[in-house]
Amino acid sequence: MNELIAGVLDGRARAIARLLTLVENSETAAETAVTALYPHTGQAHIIGITGPPGSGKSTLVNEIAKLLRQQGQRVGIIAVDPSSPFTGGALLGDRVRMRDLAGDSGVFIRSMASRGSLGGLAQATWAAIKVLDAAGYEKVLVETVGAGQAEVDIARAAHTTLVVEAPGMGDDVQAFKAGILEIADILVVNKADRPGSERVVRSLELMLHLGPIGGTRHHGRILTSPTPTANGTAGGWQIPVLPTAASEGRGTTELVAQIQQHLAHLQTSGEWQKREQERCRHELRQLLQLRLLARLDTAVSQSEQDALVTAVAAREIDPYTAVREIYNELYARDWRLESGQPPSLISNVQSPFPENL
Amino acid sequence: MEIKPRILIAKPGLDGHDRGAKVVARALRDAGMEVIYTGLRQTPEMIVESALQEDADAIGLSILSGAHLPLVARIMELLTENEMDDVPVFLGGIIPPDDIPTLQSMGIAGIFGPGASTQEIVHFINDTLAAAQGDRAA
Repeated sequence: MNELIAGVLDGRARAIARLLTLVENSETAAETAVTALYPHTGQAHIIGITGPPGSGKSTLVNEIAKLLRQQGQRVGIIAVDPSSPFTGGALLGDRVRMRDLAGDSGVFIRSMASRGSLGGLAQATWAAIKVLDAAGYEKVLVETVGAGQAEVDIARAAHTTLVVEAPGMGDDVQAFKAGILEIADILVVNKADRPGSERVVRSLELMLHLGPIGGTRHHGRILTSPTPTANGTAGGWQIPVLPTAASEGRGTTELVAQIQQHLAHLQTSGEWQKREQERCRHELRQLLQLRLLARLDTAVSQSEQDALVTAVAAREIDPYTAVREIYNELYARDWRLESGQPPSLISNVQSPFPENL
Repeated sequence: MEIKPRILIAKPGLDGHDRGAKVVARALRDAGMEVIYTGLRQTPEMIVESALQEDADAIGLSILSGAHLPLVARIMELLTENEMDDVPVFLGGIIPPDDIPTLQSMGIAGIFGPGASTQEIVHFINDTLAAAQGDRAA
């Protein structure tokens, strides 16, 4: 592990690839890796790319990365595709659209399966971003699974979020729905060579201009803002709507310019620190949640949990009562453990992280 | 967290027939593997670079152009250069029986021509990876 971490800090591709696998496969490895790498992170500009399946996210990532390379920046890419809910298998096909980046040692592309996560990213994506950050990639592009309306995790993971739409995705009302469109720092209407793209641009612009009162959006949650910001702005940032035709490279230069401007905006407005704060808060809560669930599973056995599930399904008790029982039991057992009394119901309870809790 | 085999599926060379590669990719996906599908017209350099970045556990190549000997030779050479000899490579497509011994001597772990069942390929990968894991543990 230490060797791999040294390799990552040296920017060696094989070490990066290996460590990413470990981080993906084991929570313990992720913990060790992130602990070691964390002091070297915080340098990268994390750019999220989200939008419906087939809107052209991968093609756009390919174009953005090419342009960033021309500016001499090293680019790390994490492309997430969905895992099968039935077999756990996945077909990761984003590289197909990124062939222009082949043979460039300043680009590192990694495909990642979502492995059951529902927010558009994989659980390990957060740690993977840190690995690429520590390896010295100045831009980390994170492409989400094809997202519909509610997969907004990316806004919490990224500094700059691009929401990519394409013509033919619905009428004006779609543009007014809550959810994914709200997380955009930059709205992209890709496939602008197709008919109907101007209409999409117009509905999105209209949506922005009719924007709601005050309240600034950051990372998918509404933060109260002391002074109401102008319509269509987030933290004083005017959200642009950019038409692109990524497969022809049209509009992409402007898009990259906007991405850089957004970075400058984040840095000069103090927004960067605010977003980092939000990002870390979210990450902490997520990790804590995982840990608490892991502890629950060791403290209250699967068969005990199953018995309660059966009782709920048979309508013997209601779900709230079942949860209360599990929760009380967990709490009681923790108390007995702490006070040195042997747990009465199950023997050999071992918390997976006893020293940390 | 469960460990999923990561398999790179690539089509080196210039023929445009990717149905076979897609059938295999789909079968491996349904067998619970994570398949990195790279698409048509890949150079050996692109394939090895992808396998390296993706930390692939195995590489599947589909070649119907007849250029399998030089393509495979170059891919195996690049794998060695990158210290990735331990990554098993399997091959599908149109491969004349006469060429099989040569390909095997280059280090190809499995060859699946027309008529091979996807089940067979899934078993092959599972067995090969299990054996590799055993070697590493030993």
